[in-house]
Amino acid sequence: MTTRNADLAVRARGLAKAFGETRAVDGIDLDIPTGSICAVLGPNGAGKTTTIRMLATLLRPDAGTALVFGHDVAHDAPAVRRRISLTGQFASVDEDLTARENLVMIGRLHGYSPAAAKTRADDLLVGFELDAAAGRLATQLSGGMRRRLDIAASIIVRPELLFLDEPTTGLDPRSRSQVWDVVRHIVANGTTVLLTTQYLDEADQLADRIAVINHGRVIASGTREELKSAVGAGGIRLRLADPSQRDRAEATLTASLTPHVMKDGDPAALRAQLPAEDLAASTNLAVQVLNQLAQEGIAVTDFTYGQPSLDEVFFALTGESTDRSEVSV
Amino acid sequence: MTVLDAEAPARPAGPVSASLTYARRSLLKIKHVPEQLGDVIGIPILFTLLFTYLFGGAVSGSTHDYLQYLLPGTLALAVVFVTIYSGVTLNRDLTTGAFDRFRSMPNWRPAPIVGALIGDVGRYLLAAGLVLGLGFLMGYRAHGGVLGVLFAVGLVVLFASALSWAWTTLGLLLRTPTAVMNLGFVILFPVTFVSNVFVAPDTMPGWLRNVAEANPISHLVTAARDLMDGTPAGHQAILVIGTAAVLIAVFAPLTTLLYQRRE
Ligand SMILES: Nc1ncnc2c1ncn2[C@@H]1O[C@H](COP(=O)(O)OP(=O)(O)OP(=O)(O)O)[C@@H](O)[C@H]1O
Ligand SMILES: [Mg+2]
Repeated sequence: MTTRNADLAVRARGLAKAFGETRAVDGIDLDIPTGSICAVLGPNGAGKTTTIRMLATLLRPDAGTALVFGHDVAHDAPAVRRRISLTGQFASVDEDLTARENLVMIGRLHGYSPAAAKTRADDLLVGFELDAAAGRLATQLSGGMRRRLDIAASIIVRPELLFLDEPTTGLDPRSRSQVWDVVRHIVANGTTVLLTTQYLDEADQLADRIAVINHGRVIASGTREELKSAVGAGGIRLRLADPSQRDRAEATLTASLTPHVMKDGDPAALRAQLPAEDLAASTNLAVQVLNQLAQEGIAVTDFTYGQPSLDEVFFALTGESTDRSEVSV
Repeated sequence: MTVLDAEAPARPAGPVSASLTYARRSLLKIKHVPEQLGDVIGIPILFTLLFTYLFGGAVSGSTHDYLQYLLPGTLALAVVFVTIYSGVTLNRDLTTGAFDRFRSMPNWRPAPIVGALIGDVGRYLLAAGLVLGLGFLMGYRAHGGVLGVLFAVGLVVLFASALSWAWTTLGLLLRTPTAVMNLGFVILFPVTFVSNVFVAPDTMPGWLRNVAEANPISHLVTAARDLMDGTPAGHQAILVIGTAAVLIAVFAPLTTLLYQRRE
């Protein structure tokens, strides 16, 4: 990338952090242009939270540097803290306080007068559809409400850079899309967002750039189009009526479309990446696969065609499944 | 979403305002989770009742006479034991996501700790009030009058606030709230019992007497006794204030340093 330093909300080089023997983050480079959304995509234990905690000045890096709007997180933490806001993976609201008290408290800390903090809290409660629950303790809110409260607390004063650590993990589809809407609005107002997720579709929906990390390293990064073309336009999953026919089905698939055929843990299931670059060709291939299996008398009970899952992205990027991948592209 | 473009304050809250905001947080927590006051209520009542009726007859011949001797001691003891919970609470808070947010905010960094300790003064006053209320019901007479009692409570609370910095240091060093509590009690039991709270040190063997007489808790209790009895307490009170100053001078910077280093 050729972006100048001044235009970067985050510029990390060789960022590393170990906990004892565990190399949680093992040399991460990350550039996030101001005003964009960057998604850090990775499975459990990949190092997402550790990366965010270093960028938010909560952890000191063992090695490497990170600049937030040009300010070093290790040496100029106060300047970084003035520009960021953190919504942690596990509720960053105070559980023994009500929704409203939480917002008033953070407002006061930002320097609002008591009256202004209350007005601001009430406005945010209405804006985030939390007004009915304003007097409830945070522990008594649903997961989705708590997430919204958490994000509301992060934007009492609009930060220049907002960290969202797995903002939608565990939320139902409606709550997820509510959170996504909020994030889009925040970015439209000029805030840069770094979010982590385990879901490719979330990264796909929201992010301008995606960094895939595993074992503390970036194994791929780019726009969603760049990533997807590395992975294949789509994938298929199918489930056979008779598990004993799986080997035959695998042979058929491998011959007709792609070497990237995987056997699932499920003894009746197969997955495959479609190699075609464009969607029309992929669709065509998917239809051919079904036809061919039908001709050979192999009965299929389930068939899905669509975006690759995180696991398939990993497979495509590393040639291994998520829990063993070491290879970088 | 119009709520996103509100006008921001010129600057974040300063050290005093941020600390008071966190103090308010402690008080709100007490309001919403009153059961966390169990220790604050239980310890003073238990100490006052238990020791008066258990030891009264044996030590002074009558529970009434013993109560006159004991009550200022249980006042100090109850409040001093409650201070352990400052360390326990901090240790518990550190593992919450809320503290991650606090630590990434642009305020004076020790504000959450200082604020919590200010809030704890409310707990100390409550514990003191309980001991005194119970004592008066059981027949304690304060010859030093209202003023004497107020000064005694003030001195005890001052000492307690200083001592709580030692527990916050411990709260940052140990891994779990239970560990902080256990170690706290293990330290406090001998320190408070080898003093003049329950018996006059001149009944103890020589070496123990020396320890008991040098114990800061003894100075605190003597000062509280004198103030509540209406006898001059200047010398002892100054010793207590000096000890409090030393505790703060040692443990406040240590707590702050450990907190800054905390990951
Ligand atoms: N405080 C800590 N002490 C010891 N090990 C840690 C600590 N924090 C993280 N780790 C380890 O570092 C690795 C990366 O953890 P991290 O929390 O950054 O992963 P993550 O990508 O956020 O995972 P998840 O999706 O589960 O939240 C894991 O192996 C984890 O066990
Ligand atoms: Mg995490």
